[in-house]
Amino acid sequence: MRRRAALLAEARAFFGERGYLEVETPVLARAGAADAQLAQFALNDPVLGTLYLQTSPEYAMKRLIMAGSGSIFQITKAFRQGEVGRFHNPEFTLVEWYGLGYDHRRLIAEACALIARLVPSLQASARIISYRDAFRDALNIDPIEDPTDRLRAVAYDCLAPARKLTLDDRDEILDLLMSHAVAPGFATKALTVVTDYPASQASLARLNAQGLADRFEIYRGSLELANGFHEASRAEEYAERFAREAAKRRERGLPSIDPDHRLLAALTQGRLPDCAGCALGFDRVLMLAMDAAHIDEVLAFPIAQA
Amino acid sequence: MTTYSTNEFKSGLKIMLDADPCAIIENEFVKPGKGQAFNRVRIRNLKTGRVVERTFKSGDTVEGADVVDVEMQYLYSDGEFWYFMSPETYEQLGADKTAVGDAAKWLKEQALCLLTLWNGVPLSVTAPVHVVLKVADTDPGVRGDTSGGGGKPATLETGAVVRVPLFINVGDSLKINTETGEYIARAKE
Repeated sequence: MRRRAALLAEARAFFGERGYLEVETPVLARAGAADAQLAQFALNDPVLGTLYLQTSPEYAMKRLIMAGSGSIFQITKAFRQGEVGRFHNPEFTLVEWYGLGYDHRRLIAEACALIARLVPSLQASARIISYRDAFRDALNIDPIEDPTDRLRAVAYDCLAPARKLTLDDRDEILDLLMSHAVAPGFATKALTVVTDYPASQASLARLNAQGLADRFEIYRGSLELANGFHEASRAEEYAERFAREAAKRRERGLPSIDPDHRLLAALTQGRLPDCAGCALGFDRVLMLAMDAAHIDEVLAFPIAQA
Repeated sequence: MTTYSTNEFKSGLKIMLDADPCAIIENEFVKPGKGQAFNRVRIRNLKTGRVVERTFKSGDTVEGADVVDVEMQYLYSDGEFWYFMSPETYEQLGADKTAVGDAAKWLKEQALCLLTLWNGVPLSVTAPVHVVLKVADTDPGVRGDTSGGGGKPATLETGAVVRVPLFINVGDSLKINTETGEYIARAKE
């Protein structure tokens, strides 16, 4: 708990020195996350109807930026259903920030500097590698160009425990390979930053000239610490990405989530100012700082005791 | 039959996998923040004892295995089956050679064993950790040598062969650890 308090103070100092404004946005909101991979807690209020515990403060923070907040950061609780494990607790602490005028490259440097300050035992220099090269190095396949059949064949071939899985979805295969075969090869004493994601995994990142997403993930070993984007800025991009996630939800028989109309409305009034944003899993950073093997060790009351 | 979803996975859970009953040893939840969640599971096949790793997509369901552990008393063997009786219900069960496995060499009448049953049929038999057995055959004891150094093989009444100190004689009762197969001490009658 003391260590948590010290690192929270350290993170606030880091953003303060860089001119970020600390903000708070609702944890309970009418809009839920579009992302088909996130299961959210829905609550029913007799007056207000369905409300969602937020899986991240992204939409609300973008609305603040559109309202002219400038660069902002937030340290908040986020909630994701069914996520319990060594590195997951359904309620967790996110550090999320948006640098105005930043692209993802500049944000990567800042995110690595923050992590290095919170976890001094990590080697200072991070390795930056594209999604494509990470797959090429580990498995000798091209995750962007190779046909899905080849990716599936490699998954079945090199991951015996996954042989019984039906793998229809290309991104599912890529996620499987990334989490089981590629990321486990990342350095354990330094950070690895993966960039240039396939467009299908762009989420809300903008696409670059090569048709890849300006998205990055920061890993320590196979542990994912942070995810960031050079943010898409146009209303059409958001509407299209939300629609794509909604289609995935229908396909998988998941409950439909209304898109965030307020964010979309704000975007039709004008673009999101050029910015890059990053979400950092604070509890995992604390785990690294304390050399903890299980997330429960860094929580006052893990979900089983909450 | 009960089914379990991956989010009910925990160590000790008994599930069916490829038509064999298995026990989960370790379950790890793996999920990229923006991607598909998986459960990486280490599983022991309760028939073969082999440990395998298996990956499931989170949310998948598997059939539960009707596997229970019961304490039963060993009665006798007819060479093909080893018969056990429940001290509570007096129900009798025969376990075949595969199920009894290595436990066979430690079994003496009335020993209280742990039987793992799958759909009521014995899958495996675990002998008590400590058993007391008589020496049926060994080289004559060396008087005065109580150091325990050296040692010699001794055949016990159940046929098991263990290494014992030199001073042990035929007819002595010995306390044995069945997990390691090692001699612990001489037992008083």
